[in-house]
Amino acid sequence: MSDLCENNVSRRALLGAAGALFAWSFVPKFAYAAAGARDARFVCIVLRGAMDGLSAVAPLGDPDYVGLRESIALSTEGRTPALPLDGFFALHPAMPNLLRLYKVGQATVVHATSTGYRDRSHFDGQDVLESGQPGPGRTETGWMNRLLLTLPAGERIAQRGALGIGPVPPLIVRGRAPVTGWAPAILPKAKEDLAQRILDLYDARDPELGAQLRSGLETEHLASRMGGMAGQSGGGAAAAMRRVAEGAARLVNADDGPRIAALAFDGWDTHANEGGATGQLAQLLGGLDGAFAALEAGLKDRWADTVVMVVTEFGRTARVNGTVGTDHGNGTVAFLVGGAVKGGRVIADWPGLRPENLFERRDLRPTTDIRSVAKGVLSDLFGITAARLADDVFPGTPDLKPIQGLVA
Amino acid sequence: MIATEASSKDSANIALALARFGLGARGNDLAESRSDVRGFLSQDIEGWRSAQGHLQSTPEILAALQQENRRVELARSLRTSPYDRRDGALLARAMDEADASAKPLPQAEAPRNVIPQDTYRDEVLARTQVALEAKSGFAERMVWFWSNHFAVSTSKGNQIQSTAGAFEREAIRPHVFGRFADMLFAAETHPAMIYYLDNNQSIGPNSNAGLKQRKGLNENLAREILELHTLGVSGGYGQTDVTSLARVITGWTVAGPEGKLGRPGSSIFNVGLHEPGEHRVLGAYYPDYGPDQTRDVFDALARHPSTAQHIAYKMARHFVADDPPPTLVARLRDVFLETEGDLAELSRALLDSPEAWAPETRKIRTPQEFVFGALRLIGTPPENLWVVVSPLNALGHKLWDPPGPNGYPDTAAHWATPEGMKTRFYASARLAQRAGRLDPMELLEASLGDYASKETRQTVARAESRQQGVALLLMAPEFQRR
Repeated sequence: MSDLCENNVSRRALLGAAGALFAWSFVPKFAYAAAGARDARFVCIVLRGAMDGLSAVAPLGDPDYVGLRESIALSTEGRTPALPLDGFFALHPAMPNLLRLYKVGQATVVHATSTGYRDRSHFDGQDVLESGQPGPGRTETGWMNRLLLTLPAGERIAQRGALGIGPVPPLIVRGRAPVTGWAPAILPKAKEDLAQRILDLYDARDPELGAQLRSGLETEHLASRMGGMAGQSGGGAAAAMRRVAEGAARLVNADDGPRIAALAFDGWDTHANEGGATGQLAQLLGGLDGAFAALEAGLKDRWADTVVMVVTEFGRTARVNGTVGTDHGNGTVAFLVGGAVKGGRVIADWPGLRPENLFERRDLRPTTDIRSVAKGVLSDLFGITAARLADDVFPGTPDLKPIQGLVA
Repeated sequence: MIATEASSKDSANIALALARFGLGARGNDLAESRSDVRGFLSQDIEGWRSAQGHLQSTPEILAALQQENRRVELARSLRTSPYDRRDGALLARAMDEADASAKPLPQAEAPRNVIPQDTYRDEVLARTQVALEAKSGFAERMVWFWSNHFAVSTSKGNQIQSTAGAFEREAIRPHVFGRFADMLFAAETHPAMIYYLDNNQSIGPNSNAGLKQRKGLNENLAREILELHTLGVSGGYGQTDVTSLARVITGWTVAGPEGKLGRPGSSIFNVGLHEPGEHRVLGAYYPDYGPDQTRDVFDALARHPSTAQHIAYKMARHFVADDPPPTLVARLRDVFLETEGDLAELSRALLDSPEAWAPETRKIRTPQEFVFGALRLIGTPPENLWVVVSPLNALGHKLWDPPGPNGYPDTAAHWATPEGMKTRFYASARLAQRAGRLDPMELLEASLGDYASKETRQTVARAESRQQGVALLLMAPEFQRR
């Protein structure tokens, strides 16, 4: 018996089922402002654990930076010099790809940014970041899923649903709009006949589990058709990030694949021995840099229509702590990367690092709301109105205006 | 209700109860528990003892890890490959040879410390054995629940990978039917937790060491104690409480190899690292009684109504529903408060609550419940580590390795996803290969009995092979949902 992914009969059956799954329970009643002919792609990478923005993009021009950061401060001198972006900010040396993209105008850094959440719990912070709600505790749906619900049902972005990478999709894409998942394979695939028998049983007894299983198998088929997935494991965190990015790129690149996808990378909670130009954080940033390269390579011609947005729940303390690391803080950086980005700039209303400028005399003060950045990207890329963004995607945020001109 | 007096003869409800509160029925479980399924589950509480078995204690493991680290370092420094001796002439020749043969430069096998992997393997297999031998599995489910509440992650490094299993055996298992305050103290001061949340590196700025070395606080452990382990994120604490608790617990660290302050690898209170003085947490002042300052604050946290609410909600959510019945949460909270965190009473209260026996299946087995349940049903002990860890890793539920200190998410919505269900399907096919010549219909009778629907019965009966039948049984809604 052939594998599921190579069998035409099963392929048809699965597509039919997926069509049923994608049937919509309501039709939006507003006019859709088309953003032109662009067949855009939007990928969001969530860095869990709170990335240290002051090390990822160091404000070398701030006179207080070196004093706060002591032994983990970056410098443009030495064996592993930081990579200057402008006269003030320098990129971490582990990110040469990002520097290259920045120089060709395909990467933007947003600094001193955050959501509206200020209380320093990872888990509430991630919930706020991913749910798009004004505060914690409302975690039924994610803002990327609600984004799909604002689009007309027939529109191809909405039709294809969202992709959530990982054994379980991140909150940011969960909700009523169709979501499918994919993760690098660990187990061998099972036979197609077995799948059909289970689906028949679910159809009779448990349609909800049936819909989930169908969607998972459909995505697996798509991934296989787009080129064999690298199923090998090993190679550490950086290799894992690259594998995940390669898989996501293949699926998002497919004509009949999802147009929006979310990935999450763990491990950014650098309380101790964070490292400076080299070390723990450098390894993670290098992995993220490799993921950018994998997305660019995998999306090929679609790269020109792609925005990759990188966000984290909050930043870390401005001052290095007692254990050569940093504790939970507030302001941090976000990245916009991709061929559709109007890049080559650092967007920052820099608050300064003097004690009185810090938030609670402790953290980089957030001056740009990350939701204004997301709104700007979504309005330019998908033509979603400011009203929809303020009501549905990021509820209760009429005062947060979309930042204009982020997309080329 | 699943098992009132009137319906206790109904094996359908018993099959569901054994999956909801235990590790699922097998063998003669359904018949044996027919007259009193609650008693079948609660005998775990009455006869509870947690055996260490043949496994090493945390100090033994950490001492072995340190010793092996020294041996590996020495072996590395003595390696004789030309590449590593940095001998110019030899290296040049090796490079020429490599060029000529178009092969990469030969590298000597690097000596490597295998204790973390070996210990992890032994612990996983031992824990699997306990799950296979457990009667109803109610106590095991409580061990897993608390182990996830006080989560550590092996990904943090060798020390955690080596001691995560010992942490569960030493800090969680003995207390699952004991006092919450004892479990709290045992968990927070265990070397695995101290390493995981960096308390070994947190130094009171005004302690002897702090004044000498210009080092200071790391508030990682203190924050998670308040946010995750006791009060909960909305439990009524602020940043000053976090910082203050961080000061209180400075000094808790792990004894080094020289053993001056205690057995190497054991947890100790080093007063030279402790931030001296009275500290104020949640409005109360705690005098500096050294390690007892920590005990006093922990005891207050364990008695706090927010802690009772937090634990009650999590336990109800784990066993009953993602959105648990408020009456159930309130009852568990009251029992926790009234008994000052007596976890045997809390467990009995759960089993005595009618809401916990609702016939609707609002949860899906977690990957661990599913994989260990399947292994128990099939019965053959795993011949190697991969039988257990491949499906768990693929399903995103690796033992003792959640992505963060909040543990694995505990909702049905988290696990019943497209990728999750697809991988469960692959895992079922894989696990079913272990069933050999077992009759799938017999396994169905043992695990589900009358609880199996007509369609599930037909689907399994019509399978084209025994193994396919077992895979279908493992994927059946009645097996997956609980």
